[in-house]
Amino acid sequence: MNNTSLSPADLKRALNPMKLKVSSIALIPAVVLLLIIGSFANDAFLLPANLLTILQQSSILALLVLAESLVLITGKFDLSLESTVGLAPMIGGWLVTSAAIGGSGWMVNPYLAIAATLGLGLLIGAFNGFLIVKLGLNAFIVTLSMLILLRGITLGLASGKTLYDLPDELTYLGSAVWAGIPASIWICGILFALGAFLMRYHRYGRAIYAIGGNAEAARAAGIRVERVTWIVFIVASLLAALAGLLLCGRLGAITAQQGSNMIFTTFAAAVIGGISLNGGKGSLGGALMGVLLLGIVTNILTLSQIASFWIDATFGAIILVAQSLVRLTGGERSQS
Amino acid sequence: MSSPALHRSTAPDPSVLPVALGVGLSKSFGATRALSDVSVCVHPGEIRALVGRNGAGKSTLVSLLTGMTVPDSGTIEFLGVAAPAPHARELWQSKVACVYQHPKIIPTLSCAENLFLGANMRRRKLLSWGKMRREAHEILDHWGVAIDVTAPAGTLTVGQRQLLEIARAVLAGSRFVILDEPTAKLDGKEVERLFTHLKKLQGEGVGILFISHHIEEIFEICQTVTVLRDGRKTLDRATQGLSKAELLEAMVGNVCAERPLAGTRSSEDRAAARLEVKRLSCRGFFEDITFDVRAGECVGIAGLAGSGKEAIGEVLAGLKAPDGGSMHLDGVRLPGGDVPKHNRAGVGFVPSDRQREGLVLGLSLADNATMAIPDRLGYAGFISPAALSKTSRRMIQDLDIKTSGPTQPVGSLSGGNQQKVVFARALARDPGVLVLINPTSGVDVASRIALFHAIIQAANRGAAVLIISDELEELQICHRIGVLRSGHLTKEFVPPWQHNDLIAAMEGIGP
Repeated sequence: MNNTSLSPADLKRALNPMKLKVSSIALIPAVVLLLIIGSFANDAFLLPANLLTILQQSSILALLVLAESLVLITGKFDLSLESTVGLAPMIGGWLVTSAAIGGSGWMVNPYLAIAATLGLGLLIGAFNGFLIVKLGLNAFIVTLSMLILLRGITLGLASGKTLYDLPDELTYLGSAVWAGIPASIWICGILFALGAFLMRYHRYGRAIYAIGGNAEAARAAGIRVERVTWIVFIVASLLAALAGLLLCGRLGAITAQQGSNMIFTTFAAAVIGGISLNGGKGSLGGALMGVLLLGIVTNILTLSQIASFWIDATFGAIILVAQSLVRLTGGERSQS
Repeated sequence: MSSPALHRSTAPDPSVLPVALGVGLSKSFGATRALSDVSVCVHPGEIRALVGRNGAGKSTLVSLLTGMTVPDSGTIEFLGVAAPAPHARELWQSKVACVYQHPKIIPTLSCAENLFLGANMRRRKLLSWGKMRREAHEILDHWGVAIDVTAPAGTLTVGQRQLLEIARAVLAGSRFVILDEPTAKLDGKEVERLFTHLKKLQGEGVGILFISHHIEEIFEICQTVTVLRDGRKTLDRATQGLSKAELLEAMVGNVCAERPLAGTRSSEDRAAARLEVKRLSCRGFFEDITFDVRAGECVGIAGLAGSGKEAIGEVLAGLKAPDGGSMHLDGVRLPGGDVPKHNRAGVGFVPSDRQREGLVLGLSLADNATMAIPDRLGYAGFISPAALSKTSRRMIQDLDIKTSGPTQPVGSLSGGNQQKVVFARALARDPGVLVLINPTSGVDVASRIALFHAIIQAANRGAAVLIISDELEELQICHRIGVLRSGHLTKEFVPPWQHNDLIAAMEGIGP
C-alpha cells in the first residue's frame, strides 16, 4: 500500500486501459446471459438479420444515451433531448414538404433541410447552455421546460400531423446500408468509439470528468468550466438532432410525437450502464452496454410475443435490479 | 463518589464508570490493518486527546466508537453498558456524539429546529413552536451562545455551529462527545470560546475525546492523551509532565521531527521583484493592497478568517477578478479573472480547502496532479498515457506521495498525501510565483515537513513564494509578513518577530 517504488511492470498493468474500464465490461456477462436466454426463447433470435435489427433499433437510443451520458458526466441534466429528436427533423421535413400534407410548401433544397435540422440541434443546445451556464438556472427545470416547449412547437408546426413523402436525401442516413450493415449502426458505432476515445485521451474528455467530479476544483485547476459545460450541451443536442434525422430516415416519415418518452429509456440505459447521476463517473462503453442490454430485452420480449405494454414495466424492473445488484455486489463503485 | 439512589440495584455507579470504554479494538479493511488491539477509556469529566498522523487510525477508531463501523474484535461500553447493536442509530446517538470538522447542521432550518432535530424532537408528540423556541433559547443561553434561535442555522459562524452541535448532542443524553479537529476552522477567539465551553461540559461530567493536529491545544485543554501510529497505540498517559518531543516521537516514530525553518535563501540581496502587486482591490474582500515578492523570497500574508486573505490568493490565481489595481509577474501583466492564463503565465496555486477546491476526489492521482498541464502530455489536446504515467510518477517521487500508484483515486489517499497532490499540480509548471493558502492545514507532522521542503525547494529554484495563512508555523518560514485586517494590509513584520505581536496585529489588538 505505502510503497512508492513500483516496478515499471506494475505501472503498466495499473495503467492498462482494459483494467481501468472495468465498469464498461461489467455488463458483458449480463448481455451474454441475455443472448443465451434469447437463443432459447426463439430460434430466430441469433439469426444475423435479427441481431442487426437489434443494433439498428438500438442505434437511435444509443445516440441519445451518448448525448445524455456526456451531460450526466459533466454533472448536469438534459431532459429536452427527446423533444429535440422530434423538432429538429420536423423543421427539416417541414421545409421540404408540400403544404398539402402539412409542410411549408417551400420545397427547400434537401441538403439545406439537413443543415437546418442539425443547426437547430446546435441552437437548442446553445440556448440550454446559455440558460444553465450563463444565467445559472437549474438544469433540470430548464431542460424540462425546453422538453415541453419544443414538443409544443413540434405539434404546432405540423398541426399534429405526420409528415411523409420526404426526399431521399433526408432519409438517406437513416435507411442506407453500408457494407451489409445499416448506416445508422456505422454512425452510432463510430461516434461511440470516437466519444470513448476522446473522453479518455483528450483534455476535453478529462475536463468533463473533472467538472462533474468537482467543478470548483476543476476551475481552480485552470479548466474553463463554463465553456466546456456549454460545449457539452451543444454536442448533446446536436447528437439528438442527428438521432432524430436517423429515426425519420428509418421510418420514412416524421410524426409529431417522434422521440416522445425516449428520455426515460435514455436515462435508464445510462444508469444501467454505470453513469452516475451525480456526475464525474461512468464510461461511454458502459453506457453502450446499457443500451444493448435494453435492446436485447426488448427484442426477446417482442419475439416472445409479449404485449408491448409490458416492455416499459420490464425496463423499470431492470433498472431497479441493476442498481440493487451494483449496491449489493460492491457498493463502492466510487473506489473502482 | 457517593452513589445516588438507583432504580436497579445491579446498576453500577455512573460517576465512576468510564463514559466510553473500548477494549482491544481491531479493524481491517481488506488487506489493510486500520486498527490493531487499541484500547481507549474516557472517564466522566475527562478530556482525552486523540492524536496521530493522517492514516494512523484515528478516523477508524472514531467510526468504531460512534457505531458507524463494526469492529473485527474488541468490545465497546458506555457507562458500563455494552454498545448498542450496529443498526440502532438512535441508541448510539444517545450514547455518543461526534462533532466533525465541518458541522453537520441543516443550514436552512432555524437554530431551534436544529437543536431539536431527530431524537430530541421525537420525545414530544405535537410540536409547539413557542415552547421549542423558549427551550432552545434557555439551552443556548446556558451555553453562552448569543444567537437568535429563529435565525437559519446557516447564518451562524463555524464556531457557533459547533457549539450548537455539541449542545444538541448533550441534549440527546450523550455523556460522551467526540470532537474531530474542532479548531481547524476557527480563529483564536473562537478557539478560546470553544475551550471555555468544553471546560464547562467537563465540570458537568461529560467525557470528551478531542482530536487535533495542534500540539499546543492538546497541552492546554486535555488531561490525558492517546497516540496512534499505524493503527497501534503508541502512547497513553497524562499530558502533565509529558514533553512535546515525547509526544512527537510517539506520533511519528523514528522519523526526524525537526522543522526546516529558515531554510530558504536570504533575500537580503534585493533580487528583482518577480511578483508586483499594486493597489489591488476586490470589492467586499480587500482594498488597495500593494506588495511585491522577489525571486527566492517567501512572503507571508497573515490574517484571520474573514480578513479577506483568501481572496488575495484567489485573485492572484485568476479565480476572482479584481476591481482595481494591477498584478505583474516578471513584468508581464496578469489579466485577472482567468485561471488558465494566470497558470500559463506562471502562477502556481494551492487553494485553502483541498476537498472543496483542490481535488476531484473520484479521479486518479495522475489526473488530479496533471489537471493544469494537459498541453504538456501530448499534442492537440490529446493526452498520452505514457506521458501521463511518467509525469505523475515523477511527481509522486518528488513529493514522496504515499500511494499504490498513479491510478489510485485521490479520495482514498490520506489528507497529507492529498495535499501533496495539490502541491504537485501547483508546482507542475515550475511556477514563477507560488501562491499558497493555508498550505499545511489538516496535515500530519511528517507530511507537513515534506510540504515545507517542497516550498523551500521552489523558493531555492527562484520562485517567489506567497504564503497566505493564519498558522504561525506556516508563517515562520517567511522572510517578511504583511498583516491583513479587514481587507487592509496593516503592518509588516520582518524576523525576528514575537509571536504575540503577530497575533495581536492579526486580531487588531494593541498599537
